[in-house]
Amino acid sequence: MLIIDCPYCGKRPEIEFSYGGEAHIARPLDPAALNDEEWAAFLYARTNPKGLHAERWRHARGCGRFFNAVRDTVSDFFVTTYKTGEARPDATKKASA
Amino acid sequence: MVDLISARRLPLADVPPLAATALSMAPLLPQARFVLRARPAAQAAIGQALGVALPTLVCRANVAGNRAALWLGPDEWLVLLLLPDGGAETLPAAFAVAAEGAPYSLVDISHRQSGLSLSGPQAATVLNTGCALDLDLAAFPVGMCTRTLLGKADITLWRTSETTFHIEAWRSFLPYVWQFLQEAAREFLV
Ligand SMILES: [Zn+2]
Repeated sequence: MLIIDCPYCGKRPEIEFSYGGEAHIARPLDPAALNDEEWAAFLYARTNPKGLHAERWRHARGCGRFFNAVRDTVSDFFVTTYKTGEARPDATKKASA
Repeated sequence: MVDLISARRLPLADVPPLAATALSMAPLLPQARFVLRARPAAQAAIGQALGVALPTLVCRANVAGNRAALWLGPDEWLVLLLLPDGGAETLPAAFAVAAEGAPYSLVDISHRQSGLSLSGPQAATVLNTGCALDLDLAAFPVGMCTRTLLGKADITLWRTSETTFHIEAWRSFLPYVWQFLQEAAREFLV
């Protein structure tokens, strides 16, 4: 079982968490000003990287809070986790360590 | 409200308590329960009105007399009042006065969940049949509490002594939680 480090509660088993999609996608401030392509891009277009991916997780069966994680999509390794609202950390060093 | 709580049929009313040297399990005494959410501005005053300081340490519970406040999240607590306690009726008004306009939310969940007490030298072992947390005393010391999973049920787990756990679950899950633990305890009940 994977151990995920909740920024609030610390290390907990993965079954307590639920996935929330890619992180750092800001909802357009004025959706009515967007055309269909732009709105579709906001809704559906994701980076889908092979490698490090910043994504939202929720400690659904614990403190209940959303947070962000950088996970390697190749190895499923959680490089780091951080609170919602914080900038994406430069996680490349930890990943290579 | 107090009368309603004490008069209602508790979810584990019909189960015979389990008592053995290695393990014993019994429904909790009737309690009033609230979920409180508050930002730092209101926390100290509300703790004072409650008579229990709201724990700010992660996953820790504070107890004073028959009242307890359990940390559930960064701004969220489970408040327990062992009945009879007049606070079950008066707390909402007392908090409103104490908070002096600072925003907070208080929800009475007395009818939503109840619980059981699991104790004995094998309590942690039995819990670990369906709970993935490390329940070693070093990792889960006395006074620690958290929401987690037991089998398929969401529970709130609180270690009240080295060998005693206070377990809460939504009332429709309680028979499942009880039977799950009873099944897990079979090998220790010789
Ligand atoms: Zn958490």
